[in-house]
Amino acid sequence: MDLLEPLQSGIERRALAEVALLGGFCGALGYWIATFRLSYPAESLAHGLLPGLVLAALAGVPLLLGGVAGVAVAALAIALAGRDPRVGSDTATAVAVTGLLGLGGLLALSPDAPARLEELLFGNPLGVSDGDLIVAAALALVGCAALVALHRALGAVALDADGARALGIRPTAVRLALLGLLAAALAVAVQGLGSLLVLAILVAPAVAVRGHVSSPGRAMVAAGATAVVAGVAGIYASHLLGTAAGASVALALCLAAVIGTALPGRDKSRGSAPAAPTDAQAAAARARGGAPRSRPSQ
Amino acid sequence: MTDDAGIAVSVEGLAVTYGGPTAALEGADFSLPAGSSLCVLGPNGGGKTTLFRALTGELTRLHGAVHVDGRPAYLAQTERTRLDFPVSALDVALMGSLANGRWWLPARRSDRAAARDALARVGLADRAAVRFGELSGGQRQRVLLARALVQDAHVLLLDEPLAGVDPASGERIEALFRELRDEGRTLLVSTHDVDSARAFDRVLCLNHTQVAFGSPSVALTRAALERTYGDEIVVLDDDGSDGPVRAVTVQHHHH
Repeated sequence: MDLLEPLQSGIERRALAEVALLGGFCGALGYWIATFRLSYPAESLAHGLLPGLVLAALAGVPLLLGGVAGVAVAALAIALAGRDPRVGSDTATAVAVTGLLGLGGLLALSPDAPARLEELLFGNPLGVSDGDLIVAAALALVGCAALVALHRALGAVALDADGARALGIRPTAVRLALLGLLAAALAVAVQGLGSLLVLAILVAPAVAVRGHVSSPGRAMVAAGATAVVAGVAGIYASHLLGTAAGASVALALCLAAVIGTALPGRDKSRGSAPAAPTDAQAAAARARGGAPRSRPSQ
Repeated sequence: MTDDAGIAVSVEGLAVTYGGPTAALEGADFSLPAGSSLCVLGPNGGGKTTLFRALTGELTRLHGAVHVDGRPAYLAQTERTRLDFPVSALDVALMGSLANGRWWLPARRSDRAAARDALARVGLADRAAVRFGELSGGQRQRVLLARALVQDAHVLLLDEPLAGVDPASGERIEALFRELRDEGRTLLVSTHDVDSARAFDRVLCLNHTQVAFGSPSVALTRAALERTYGDEIVVLDDDGSDGPVRAVTVQHHHH
């Protein structure tokens, strides 16, 4: 097959550029999303922003505006839902997000709506315009610069938030900055990859590289590169097999995660007992024989 | 490395809260000269970590005053750190240079040199490239000490630094503590090990309020320990006098 064939069509050239730009940034950002255990909030935001996208499509305004407004509304709804102590915040978030997703579906399936729900849900990288590409390039540039500037603070907070605070780093501000980058990434990437599949480009590369990296910096680079390669492979696969482009990209990313997890990693502690057996044994020995452990009855 | 008065930490009539109007810790009132060591005793939830958080400026002060010489270093129990995070011992020591305030810039060559020197001082020069989570508990504690050295903190807050550390590592860490004090650094160490408190210059007993403060012979009395720990304390060598006693705490399991 001619590897350059997809490049001859402007549509596919733009699709390849889009997944490469988004992949480089979202893959790197996703490493921190996974490290800070924000995958579920990220998924919730991605699904909850659908009404914003649909309203933008109905009103004929740029989807980016709908994505930004959708993320803001979804974040607010999730924050409010999580405040009710009678329901667990996980459950409240699930209800709020399903509600928003249903609202988006309801709006999109109204009789006078243009038939674009499928694209908004599952994405269509082949539909990106030159304007979309410029936005994606701007996001990649600014986002990657922000990650480079933030990564030492992110690392210090990830290791030990209290220790980082004593070093003058404000963990809350660092987490908010990370959430801000996540919201920006979702608002932009959701146009090419869709509300349901966009999470793949954020989380799957991080899963693929964890266990193979020796530092957070390398993890960011490796996750970004994995996202670019898998994204491009997805577009090629969709071209060759005639499958939906957005879904092909998402599946290629998830396949990378499966392969990365299956490969033997350098993470020796994975699957075995935690490190420091000598100290653990010493502590156990002290607990058995050292200080008295009488348990007076209450 | 002190102010003119030679006082590294002073706390006057301090009451702090995590948010609401009720104090998590009140009546804290003590001061420490530079180069001294303080053992902070108290039951779980008695205010040891709260005191440290007040000294780092994290908590809201209801009243009272706190003065600390420079920005204190905080060393968490290493089990509370993220052990699956892929950073080397050198990376963690290097985090101390974030205290210079320029967190958005890459580490400088001089920062890296300082981190290597600090690791060498805590005896881990040959473990610099080893992943933090793969070190033993005692080695991790020493790496956190190296981070505090890179930060050049004058005051170190250590949360149960010897919990779960094997005896050989423990002796090494205690020797490091002595070195740090000889340099004029001030150490505040929280622990459950009442017996170890005798080795410190000062002892502070906390149970939501300050129960006792002073030299071990003053603070480690039966009365003070019983007010601190309630029925969690077992006094071992009570000779009936009013002097310091040997004692251990026991974990009660409430059902």
